[in-house]
Amino acid sequence: MVDLRSDLARVRGLGSAKDGVHHWWVQRLSAIALVPLGIWFVVSAIKLAGVPLPAFKLWLNTGANVFLMVLFVGTLFYHLKLGLQIVIEDYLHVEKTKVVALMLNTFATIFVGAFSIFALVKVAFGG
Amino acid sequence: MVELSLPRNSKIKQGKTHKAKAGTKNIRRYQVYRWDPDTGENPSVDTYEVDMDSCGPMVLDGLIKIKNEMDPTLTFRRSCREGVCGSCAMNIDGTNTLACTKDMGDIKGDVKVYPLPHMEVVKDLVPDLSKAYAQYASIQPWLQADTPAPDKERLQSPEERERLDGLWECILCFCCTTSCPSYWWNSDRYLGPAVLLQAYRWIADSRDERSGDRLDNLEDPFRLYRCHTIMNCTNTCPKSLNPAKAIAETKKLLVERR
Ligand code: SF4
Ligand code: SF4
Ligand code: FES
Repeated sequence: MVDLRSDLARVRGLGSAKDGVHHWWVQRLSAIALVPLGIWFVVSAIKLAGVPLPAFKLWLNTGANVFLMVLFVGTLFYHLKLGLQIVIEDYLHVEKTKVVALMLNTFATIFVGAFSIFALVKVAFGG
Repeated sequence: MVELSLPRNSKIKQGKTHKAKAGTKNIRRYQVYRWDPDTGENPSVDTYEVDMDSCGPMVLDGLIKIKNEMDPTLTFRRSCREGVCGSCAMNIDGTNTLACTKDMGDIKGDVKVYPLPHMEVVKDLVPDLSKAYAQYASIQPWLQADTPAPDKERLQSPEERERLDGLWECILCFCCTTSCPSYWWNSDRYLGPAVLLQAYRWIADSRDERSGDRLDNLEDPFRLYRCHTIMNCTNTCPKSLNPAKAIAETKKLLVERR
């Protein structure tokens, strides 16, 4: 289709979405939350490297460890979802491909995130 | 999708070489991007041997000398030749800057001159800025107030006036906008640093009464939030302004008003 709209009409397009500040803000919040959680996770992972499963279960059941693990995994995948969304919006310019990619991103991050949390809970509390 | 290979007509050939007159002692080589829409040929890079003994110190001086004495077909924009009009913005020695304030002495080797990146080229060093100007118009860059104009000027305290420092100096050369990767990929919807700095200039103006409407107009995942704080804009601004900071301030205000 030949586009004979003026430059201004094209720039104004469908107007402002009046949205974006929420995404920006929660992306920052999750990043900040991931700093202490990430440090805690890395330190724990080093400490636990190579221990057998029963020892890991015991650790998971000690203090707030399951709680912190679930918090860490949840925040991580939420942050991942927000970040990948930006990459998709930056680089995919065909509307259909973009919508499908955004959907897959949401599904995949929620699925893997929820699955990890489910696995953690099962290992911690399961028989 | 991002295009990973260049379209065939953007491959740059080696162009003509314009030699200096025999006996010229002090030569500086210019390598200049050339493209003529009328020939239908691919762009090329022409080489000019400029006689430095009769040339001013700035890159623009060399370009003017080339146009006057060696090759009148060379096309570029310039007006004030002292860094206040923004016309002579181009990519020199790999960075976007003003030809009239860029000292040749700061460049090692040949002086390489290209048009501002990622804009359509009208001819040679002249980029098409129509869309960028439309984006500028879209933010309504003028004072808007509903309070009837007073008999004298609208008052502003010295502190209020200070908030415009670092903003009013912008000459709209678009060096920053054309250096921004986000603008390269999404210029159809992202406003780019120059226009966002201008938008903030009116939001920050204590005499303006439409800050809220202005923020509404910017609050959009593409218009504003394509800025990922890559900072190319601030690094390249020939007036040493900080568009990235103006954008960050705008984002802060949007959080503040939630
Ligand atoms: S902010 Fe600097 S680089 Fe950008 S348009 Fe204004 S003067 Fe030019
Ligand atoms: S800070 Fe923002 S506007 Fe400046 S170059 Fe980076 S993405 Fe572009
Ligand atoms: S000629 Fe005016 S800014 Fe260079």
